[in-house]
This record gives sequence, C-alpha cells and structure tokens, in this order.
Amino acid sequence: MLTLDGITVDLGGFHLAADLTIPQGDRVAVIGPSGAGKSTLLGVIAGFTPHQGRLLWKDQRIDGARPGDRPVAVLFQDNNLFPHLTIARNVALGLRTKGRLTPDEQRTVTEALDRVGLSGFEDRKPAALSGGQQSRAALARLLIQAKPILLLDEPFSALGPALKDEMLDLVAEGADASGATVLMVTHDPGDALRLAGHTIVVSDCRAAPPIPTAALLEDPPPYLSAYLGRRRPLDEAAKTSG
Amino acid sequence: MRLALTLTFCAGAAAADPLTVYVPDYFGSEWGPTPAIKAAFEQTCDCEIDFVAGEVLTRLRLEGDRTQADVVLGLNTDVAAEARELNLFAPHGLDTSDLTLPIDWTDETFLPFNWGYTAFVYNADVISEPPTSFEGLLEMENEIRIVIQDPRSSISGLALAYWVDAVFGEDATEAWTRLEPKILTVTKGWSESYGLFTNGEADMVLSYTTSPAYHITEEQDETKVAAIFDEGHYFMAEVAAKVAGTDQPELADAFMAFILTPAFQEIIPEGNWSYPANLPRDQWPEVFQALPEPATALFYTEEEAAERRDDVIETWRSALTQ
Amino acid sequence: MRHLAGWSAAVLILALVFGTLGAVAWRADWSGGLGRADWLAIRFTLWQAFLSAALSVAFSVPIARALMRRQFPGRGLYVALLGAPFILPSIVAIFGLLTVFGRSGWVNDAFGAIGLPDISIYGLQGVVLAHVFFNLPLAVRFLLQGWQSIPVERFRLTESLNGSVWTLLERPMLVRVLPGAAAVIFLICLTSFAVALTLGGGPRATTVELAIYQAFRFDFDLGRVALLAVVQVVLCLGALSLAAAVPVGDGVGIGQDRALMRRDRHLLDWVWIGAGAVFLGAPLLAIALAGIGGLGDLPSVVWPAALRSIVVALTATVLSLGLAMALILWSNGARWIEALGALPLAASGLVMGAGLYLWLAPLAPPAALALPLTTIVNAAMVLPFAMRIMTPAYREIEAGYGRLADSLSLTSYARLRWLVLPRMRRPLGFCAGLAAALSIGDLGVIALFAGTEQATLPLAIYQLMGSYRMEGAAGAALILVALSFGLFWLFDRGGRIDADT
Repeated sequence: MLTLDGITVDLGGFHLAADLTIPQGDRVAVIGPSGAGKSTLLGVIAGFTPHQGRLLWKDQRIDGARPGDRPVAVLFQDNNLFPHLTIARNVALGLRTKGRLTPDEQRTVTEALDRVGLSGFEDRKPAALSGGQQSRAALARLLIQAKPILLLDEPFSALGPALKDEMLDLVAEGADASGATVLMVTHDPGDALRLAGHTIVVSDCRAAPPIPTAALLEDPPPYLSAYLGRRRPLDEAAKTSG
Repeated sequence: MRLALTLTFCAGAAAADPLTVYVPDYFGSEWGPTPAIKAAFEQTCDCEIDFVAGEVLTRLRLEGDRTQADVVLGLNTDVAAEARELNLFAPHGLDTSDLTLPIDWTDETFLPFNWGYTAFVYNADVISEPPTSFEGLLEMENEIRIVIQDPRSSISGLALAYWVDAVFGEDATEAWTRLEPKILTVTKGWSESYGLFTNGEADMVLSYTTSPAYHITEEQDETKVAAIFDEGHYFMAEVAAKVAGTDQPELADAFMAFILTPAFQEIIPEGNWSYPANLPRDQWPEVFQALPEPATALFYTEEEAAERRDDVIETWRSALTQ
Repeated sequence: MRHLAGWSAAVLILALVFGTLGAVAWRADWSGGLGRADWLAIRFTLWQAFLSAALSVAFSVPIARALMRRQFPGRGLYVALLGAPFILPSIVAIFGLLTVFGRSGWVNDAFGAIGLPDISIYGLQGVVLAHVFFNLPLAVRFLLQGWQSIPVERFRLTESLNGSVWTLLERPMLVRVLPGAAAVIFLICLTSFAVALTLGGGPRATTVELAIYQAFRFDFDLGRVALLAVVQVVLCLGALSLAAAVPVGDGVGIGQDRALMRRDRHLLDWVWIGAGAVFLGAPLLAIALAGIGGLGDLPSVVWPAALRSIVVALTATVLSLGLAMALILWSNGARWIEALGALPLAASGLVMGAGLYLWLAPLAPPAALALPLTTIVNAAMVLPFAMRIMTPAYREIEAGYGRLADSLSLTSYARLRWLVLPRMRRPLGFCAGLAAALSIGDLGVIALFAGTEQATLPLAIYQLMGSYRMEGAAGAALILVALSFGLFWLFDRGGRIDADT
C-alpha cells in the first residue's frame, strides 16, 4: 500500500496537496488539467520534488530515501534513453549501472528486449530507432528494474493510438506478472479506461483519492466534465475505431 | 576636436597646405613638445604646421616617395643608415659646427635636435648601493629586478645592445648571460618598461640619464636616479631631415633652421625630457644642469651601427634564449 | 540581391585576408626563408596555445560543474560576469593581471608575508596565465551550455537508476563538448599578440604574430612578414578544421540558465566557485581601484579619443554584422561559405592593416586612412565570432519556420523583415554588443599608422603610458572598460527587450 499522508508541495507560487492511499498492485491513472500538478505528484513519489508530509510504502516511510533507493521505477515523457549508449546497454542500466553484466543478467536483458519485440536491436543507438521502438526499449528497461511501483509520466503521448494501446497492454502485462503498482499520468480518459481501474483527479491544487475510473467517466464531477467536455467525442471515436 | 575627428575620418584635412612634419608618438602628443613648437614656429611665419604622430620610419618605408611629409623629426642615429637608404632626404645646408653635443657632427642630411645617454634608472628607496659600473651592475645579486626593451622593436633596447657590445666586445654574450637572471621582463617599447618601473614592479629600468629630471620637475620625486657607469654610456641623438620631394622647400628649410634656434631648443628639455642639441649648458633648466653626467660617451657611427646590428641583436637573442 | 550581397561579402573577406597578404608579399624583397628564431616562435606559439587551451578547459570542468550543482544568491550575476574577461581590452586586462600577479602584486605580497617565494608572471607562465584568464570563462560558458543540453529527465532517470551522473551523463557530454571548446581557445591563443608582447618577458616567448610585428616594424622585412603570415594562416587553418570537426555551441551566448536540484553535490563545489571568482574577479577589481585614482587626472585628449573609439566601434559593428548577415543568408547552409566567415581568425591583423595601407596609400593621405583602416580590420576580426553565434540561430529559424515562410511566399526582404530579423533579435543584439566591445578595446593596427589626432582610446592609453602619465593611463583604462562593457550591455539589452522568446 502506497500512502501519501498530508503531503504538501510548495514550489514558489505553485501548490499541491495530496492525502491518499493506493492499494498494492493497483493500476491508477492520474488525470487533470495541464499544469495542475500531475507530474509533480509523480515527482513526490519518485523523490524528485521536495515536499512536506509523509510518504509510506507498506507502512515504511520512504520519503527520506534517494530516488534510486526507493521502490520506484519511472518512465518520462521523453529522454528515457541515453543517446550515446546502445539499446542493450540502456536496458541493462535497469539491472546495474556499474561493471560488466553477468551472463545471467545478459540473458535477462535479451529476454526483456524480446518481450517488447526488439530482438536484434541490441547494438543500435536510440537515434536509429523509431519513436515506437524507443518507447519499447524504455519500457523494457522499466520492467527489468523489477520495482514494485511503476510511475509513467505520459510516456506514450507522442505515439499513435494503436501503438499506444500496444504499449499500455505491455505495461499491464508486465505489471500483472510482477504484481507492481502502477501510476500513470495521462491526458486521455481512454488510456485511463484501458489501463487503470482507478483514477486520481488532480485539480485545484489538490490530488483527490483514487475512485473507480468507469464510474468517474460515467458521471464526472463538474470540474472534470468541463475539462473532458471538448475531448469526449474524440475519445469516443478513438474507442470505436480502436 | 570633434571637427578634426569628422575630417580625418572622412577625407583628411585639405586646407591651405600646411607644412607636414612626421614625429614619433611620444613627441606628438598634446603633453609632448609639439604644441609649444607649433605655436613658436607659426609666430615666425604666415604659415601652418601640421604634426603627424606615429611610427616615423615604418611610415616612410611604406609610403616611399609618395610620402606626404615635408620634414621628419625623431629618427634615431642608430637607424639613420636605413633611413638614408630610402633616398628620400635632401641636405639640410645648416652649420652644425657649434652644436652642443658630446660628439662631433658632420652629417649633411640629418640634423640632430636633441640627444641623451642610455642609462639604468633605479628606485633609490629599494637600491641603496647603486652600481657605479656596468661590471658592477652584472655583479649585483640576482634578486634585483630589471626591465629592458627588445632591441628588435625598441630604439632604447637597440641602444643597450650596442652599449653592451661597446663595453664588453667579445665578452658580450657572457655579459648578457650574467644580466639575464636579473631581467624581470623584456618589453616591446620603452613605455611599457617605464610603466613597470614606476608602479613598483621593477627596481631598475633601461631608460636615459635625463629621465630623473621628469620626476624631479613634475613630481618633486628624487628617488628615481640614473646609475652612472665608469665605462661610459651609449650616446644617441634624435635627428630631423628635410624630405627631398617636398612641395614646400622654402617652408621646410625655414623649419629646419628653426630647429637650431633657442625658441625650439628651449622647449626640448622639459618637453621631450632630453638634452637640447644646440643650447649652451648654462641655458638649460637648473634640474638638467644638476643631473649627473657620464664622463665618456660611447657611440657607433651609423655605418658601424648598421654593420654591427645583426650581430648585437643575435648575441642578445641567443644569450637570452639559452 | 542575396547573391550579390553574398558574393560581395565573400570577395571582400578574401581580399582582406589574402589580398592584403599578397600586397605585402608583392612589395617584399625575398631574402631567405625562416630563421632559427622564427622556428622557435612557431614552436612557442603552438606550445603556449596548447597549454592555454588545456588548462582553460581543465579548470572549467569543476567550476562549471559546481555552478550547475549549486544555487546561491548572485549566481546569475556570476554567470553574467563570466563574459567580462573575454571582452576586456587586453591592454587593460594585462594591467589588472600585473597588479594581482606581478612581482609587487597582491599575490606576491601575500606570499611574502607568509614567507613563500615570489612567483613570476613573465615568460611562458605569464602568457598562459593571461590566456587562461581570458579563456577560462569562455570554456566555463561552453560547458554550462553542454550541461544545460542534458535534459532534466536524464538526470532524474540516472538518479532513479542509482547510476553515476558522472559516467552516464557528464563524461559523455564532456567528451562531446570539450574538444570543440579546447579547439576554439587554441585558435584564439594562436594569434596572441598583446599578451605575448607584455608578458612574454623576452625573446624566449615570441609568438608568430609578435614576430610578424617585429619583422614589419623594425626590420621592415616584408618577405619575412609575408612568410610568417602564411605560417600563421596555415597553423590557424589547421586548428580551424580541427575545431570544425567537433561540434561547438556558442559558448559566449549564455546569459542565464535554469537550475536543477542536484543531489550529487560536493563541498569542494564552493572551493571551485570561490577560486574562480577570485581568479577572475581580482584583476577586474584591481583595474577599477587603479582607475578610480586616475579619474581625477584625466588629460583632455581622452575624450576625443573616446569619441573616435566609439565611432570606430559602432562602424565596425555595423560592417561586421552586415557581412555576417550577407554570408549567412547567401550560404543557405553551405559549409564553405560559413567557413569563409571564420577565415579572418587565421589572418594577422597587422598584415591586414599593412596590406590595406599599401593598397590605399596612393588614394589618400595616411592620416585619413588610420581610422577607416582600423575600422575595417576590426570588423573583419570580429566577423568569425558573429558568424559563430548567428549561424546556428539562423539555421534554427529556417528549420522551425522555413517551410511556413515558404508556403506564405515570404522571400527576400519580406522574409528578412518578418521572419529572420525579428526572430534573430537576441543573437543580433548579443553579436553587436560583442563586436562593439571587442573593437573598441583593440589597439591593433592603429598603432602602426595613427598619431595623436587619430588616436583611439587604447592608443591614447598607450601614449599616456609612453609619456610617464601612468595615473592618467589607469583612469583612461577604466573609461575604456566602462565603454566596452557599456556598449556590450546596451546592445545585448536592446536585443532582449521585448524580444518574444
């Protein structure tokens, strides 16, 4: 169970408060208007954003730990790969950042790449890959990290709908296999429906506790419907065509 | 001044054809002697004189016989041979038998207007026992800091090279080698050296026996003293010459004659801080009369200077790059 | 029109670099090749440039890293002041360095007080020290730019992977950025003149440009002048192609930067930031202190000289930016045209001035030529910097808006008027500031030709020093610094005000 207990962020003019709990193994979407603080919320959990209040994982405080020492793996919107390293090396960083890989670890990397459909791409540099392939490589590394919490900060927003759905399914598959808890920021209620059973709405300087996604979208509260209003027909279209 | 700026920037002045006189930078500045000379000369005639300050010899070499100069001032005896090779000058036609120089002057082209001795000027606050000979200078402890000038770019630096050559002859290399540890730095020109000396960076500077007169007259400072050496000091004179191709020969002749008159000569001591070439000693400013003077003048004629030049510079260069 | 302007600019630059060299060579009496002293000068030139570049980049790494890791009040000012030494007139900077590191300077006073032996600023170490003073800030700015080019996400990613920022991010970035920064500094130090002149300390430390000056000024050996100038061009072109092979940003272009919370900090950061501030700040302070004393004793010649300097600087700025713009618009990305703009960096300012003089002397009296020659040579000498900054800015504009402009049929003047100039305001303002500051502080060729009536402020300072007027020279030097910084600030500011990002 991930608990945000009385969390407040004050970034000189920008505020965010969060008081919520996410059950272990749950998959949660984070939606809300631009600039509301969705990424900030993930930053708090990952350890990038200074804050007040307590952050607990399985009733242990983790807010004092360095980002790398937290039970957390992150996927950003972009720049998820080091451009000067090969794909294999990039993925291997999820296992160890120093020294040579053991044969076992090497096998793990190959399997991870295989799982995301990138066999044979080991020795290429990120620039030689398409956007979708880069996302898969990043995803492979995320999964290989085998952390109990996965944070996704709109990592697939630049991909087309079909490709994006494929990625979401890969995430779901990986999370199911390891039992990881997932938080994913998205602008697209369709993504929320596809991946996550619950959704956190971030707006008005506050991150609300998660509620069931389907119910939320059926009957959105006023502030959410105002935000979703313009997008809905598009999403419907996307859903029917997808 | 603003007017002068626009004029020179656009096309250059083209008024009623003044007499154009090339002078060195240090001579031509507003605190140098030229304003006084201009005023004094223009009183003697209905004419205008225009001083153009800069690198006199370089400019003459570049311009050749296209030069705008009618008269040039400030060439030095050590480079007179090279200036003469340009074949730009006409005889001055003046009587030089009574000049107040420590040497005889018979040159019919170059007319000396001031002169001096090369000397090491020291700070008496730092050096309590100054050397009384060149040998004594070489024997000073190496902690002493001397600044000299590059003989390849400075007329005083070249004079030092001749001086060392005149005093030490075949032992010149050894003399330079002994001097080398005391040399703080070698500067391009006299100005930089003297700047380092006055702001305390150096204890001793290669300059002239007359340099202390400036500090005494202008600053009432008597701590800057020239060390007088038994072996003698290298003499040099600055000369003027009339350009043969001048379009105003009469005016040029008039100015050449004016150079030897007291009106010009009296400006020299406190205008250029050197000895006047045609003024009896008792008419010098008191400070100049009181300055210690070397007993012996060492001097290379322009032929000797031209012949020895490459050698003395190479001796200097190789001794200091060891 | 674009082609005409481009061709004219190209021809003018080629004429300035090679035409002047030809004019000098044509007048030469050829007598023998390079002597032993010349080879020593070449060796010294390369060695000091190498040391200066190596030390500048070596010290810039910890300083730039400390600046990226630490937040403190005045950090913005610190970064901004890093631009100061580069535009500080060298004649003034040397004065400041002597006050601090000279034999009776602050450092030696302090050393003496605690019983340490004197250090000497003359010779190789002095030349390198001065070059590091000028170029270390430049290197720091190149590196700051490199650090800023690393996306924040990568820092976070590295942290969340528990990886080492040094091996994963900083070392690869440095491998990419350092060679270029070093090459640029190497190139700048290759043609060093004023520094070697004053701090060289003797015939041992003679650079090629200094040897050119000596051959010209004293021996008037035009053959050797031309030969040495060719040597210098070859050396510089070698370094230029080296620099071209590695990508560099416009290190001089950074003013502000965004901050990032970094966890991998070290207490040594403060030591480096402090050491950098002292090393770069102390000479500036010395100049200010000495100058304030001299302000009361300013001779009247300073003011017309200052006015002339401003006119020269502004004209050179317009000329230089015009040339750069003409080349850039014409080049359309063609590398050789851009390379043309870097060519003056390889040329000797002295040879350029002398060659122009030989060309133009039949047409006008020398007094009338002094200021125009100085202006043209200054414009040529700052052109490479203008090109370096404006070219990437222009490329970015074309990459971002070129197709939109094409689809709207925005061509020639309309394109310049509505797209290029407005979007280039900031780099243009910065370039203009740099050009004005660099040319106002340059002593350069005017020393060969001008007298008092044409003296620029740097020459007036030189003449003041030559007339025992050290106080006045210090005062005039402070005014020169104020003008140089002031012009830079005005233009740079002008480019920023109302410039939409």
